[in-house]
Amino acid sequence: MTATSATRRSVPNLDRHGLLRQSLVGARLMDYLFRRLILFNAALAIGVIVLIFVYVGKESLPLLLSEDIQQEVTVGKMFSSQPNETEELALSYIWQPVSKEPKYSVIPLLLGSLKVTFIALLFAAPLSIAAAIYTAEFAVPWVRELVKPIIELLAGIPSVVLGFLALVVLASWLQHFFQFDYRLNAVNAGLAMGLAIIPIIYTVSEDALSSVPRSYREASLALGVSPWKTARSVVLPAATPGIFAAMVLGFGRAVGETMIVLMASGNAAVTSLSLADSVRTVSATIAAELGEVVFGSAHYHVLFFLGTMLFILTFLLNMVGDVFVSRLKQRMMGAS
Amino acid sequence: MTLPNVRTLAVGLLFAFLQSRALLAQGRPISIKGSDTMVLLGQRWAETYMKKNPSARIQVTGGGSGTGIAALINGTTDVCESSRPMKDKEKEAIKRKFGKDPVEIPVAVDGLAIYLNQSNALNDLSLEQIRDIYTGRIKNWNEVGGKDLKIVLYSRENNSGTYAYFKEHVLENRDFHPAAQTLPGTAAVVNAVAKDPKSIGYGGIAYHSNIRTVRVKKDASSPPIEPTMESVLNGTYPISRNLFWYVTGEPQGETKRLIDWVLGPEGQSVVKEVGYYPLPRQSTAPMTDTKKKVAKRKAT
Repeated sequence: MTATSATRRSVPNLDRHGLLRQSLVGARLMDYLFRRLILFNAALAIGVIVLIFVYVGKESLPLLLSEDIQQEVTVGKMFSSQPNETEELALSYIWQPVSKEPKYSVIPLLLGSLKVTFIALLFAAPLSIAAAIYTAEFAVPWVRELVKPIIELLAGIPSVVLGFLALVVLASWLQHFFQFDYRLNAVNAGLAMGLAIIPIIYTVSEDALSSVPRSYREASLALGVSPWKTARSVVLPAATPGIFAAMVLGFGRAVGETMIVLMASGNAAVTSLSLADSVRTVSATIAAELGEVVFGSAHYHVLFFLGTMLFILTFLLNMVGDVFVSRLKQRMMGAS
Repeated sequence: MTLPNVRTLAVGLLFAFLQSRALLAQGRPISIKGSDTMVLLGQRWAETYMKKNPSARIQVTGGGSGTGIAALINGTTDVCESSRPMKDKEKEAIKRKFGKDPVEIPVAVDGLAIYLNQSNALNDLSLEQIRDIYTGRIKNWNEVGGKDLKIVLYSRENNSGTYAYFKEHVLENRDFHPAAQTLPGTAAVVNAVAKDPKSIGYGGIAYHSNIRTVRVKKDASSPPIEPTMESVLNGTYPISRNLFWYVTGEPQGETKRLIDWVLGPEGQSVVKEVGYYPLPRQSTAPMTDTKKKVAKRKAT
């Protein structure tokens, strides 16, 4: 009897001021508010990206619509060859926007971007994929725990620092070893860019390799296949879409990267296939020229057009990368 | 009315008119318009001057030397900034319209040196050779009497005034060869040239560290001139020019005060800060002296 009365008394004691009920209502309210807040944040992020795209696109539209500007430059002219004063050049694709007759060929710029990106991938992809195979397949746990964060830390190095390194140190080494005519050239910028994209390719490849189910490896090893052969012929092929995605994402980053190429590439808009020549990339051109260009001039709209091109390119590349990653995930889920 | 009376009336009216214009002029800002090369210089002058004289108001706009001169002819600007001397036709147009001669006031001097790597033993280049090098017609140092080495061109970004000046005065408006590497500042050009034995660059004369400057010949037969502050200032060095202000008639009031300040030690120290050369010291005195000096220089 005393016991029951004691419990009966103790219940109202617990919630003497209705705190429990109040906090429940409060929690629900907070829950609601925060869900809305987070939704708003997500929408804001998307909205900002859409608005940036709309603005950049809008600023490049006069190139297609304004007749005044089309007298100076059209999209067709930007991709075709022009009459040329320096007669000894075989191909006359020239970027010379400040001139009596401004020349806006984007071919040397695109070629420059591609050359630098190509070298960056050529340098970064084998290194980072090999590193990913090592950490995912062979490294003992503590080595893996050490190596992975350190490589990922590379992504935190500001590109200005990489650019400076390439400008001052790397360029001199390369010129010393390879006797380049131009100290700052596509190889120099490409190698520095490679350093910048190693963390991206490594991280995505490593994830792809790790997501290959254990059962694949166990089956292979149980059949008496060596670990290296297992990694090479079983795990790596299974992770191919992920590794491809890693390279696509690395490519996207390299095409848009600006500071490194601005500092390390020499910025000469040469139309040549030689990797030893100086190059001027699309991104570096925008960075170097947009600051002082006459607002509303043909040159200004051309620069925005280049920006739109870059934006669409990197957007598509990122999308392709994502599609491949999610396809890989599905495949692995189905298999395990 | 007799004839002399009409004349006095006319003179009186003209006086009243001028007086009222002068009164009006005090209320509105002094406008300075012209050369894009000089916009920065003009703005720096205006800022510093307005800081000293809070009552003064100055507006500086660019558009090019030609635009500035046209504005002076149309009477829409008080001061025209020009990086080239006014043509006779333009002077006549002003005289016809206002009945007054334009007054030419050199306010600063601009000069460019041609940089070489210290290992390059070449001493002289003619303007034509420099032009051929930068347009890609000359590709090897042995074509101008140097070693058998490819020439590597260093230039400036195309938004730079130095780029525009070099293109206009040395390349005679031809395009740079596409292989010319563009660097973001004179310091970067000096740095690149210092590291590269094959290189050639251009930029302000004041930069001297770790590089050589070449003596420049106006044409193949003229004597080579060392780029020094002195040769720039006495006009013998071929890649130099005066930067001018033009006003219609003798400047008066606030405009005169501004011009005197610009030519004085404070204004001329701003010139140095912006990266041009101050006028030779003799001519920074009163303006009439400046004009004599200019006349003398033109005669020689």
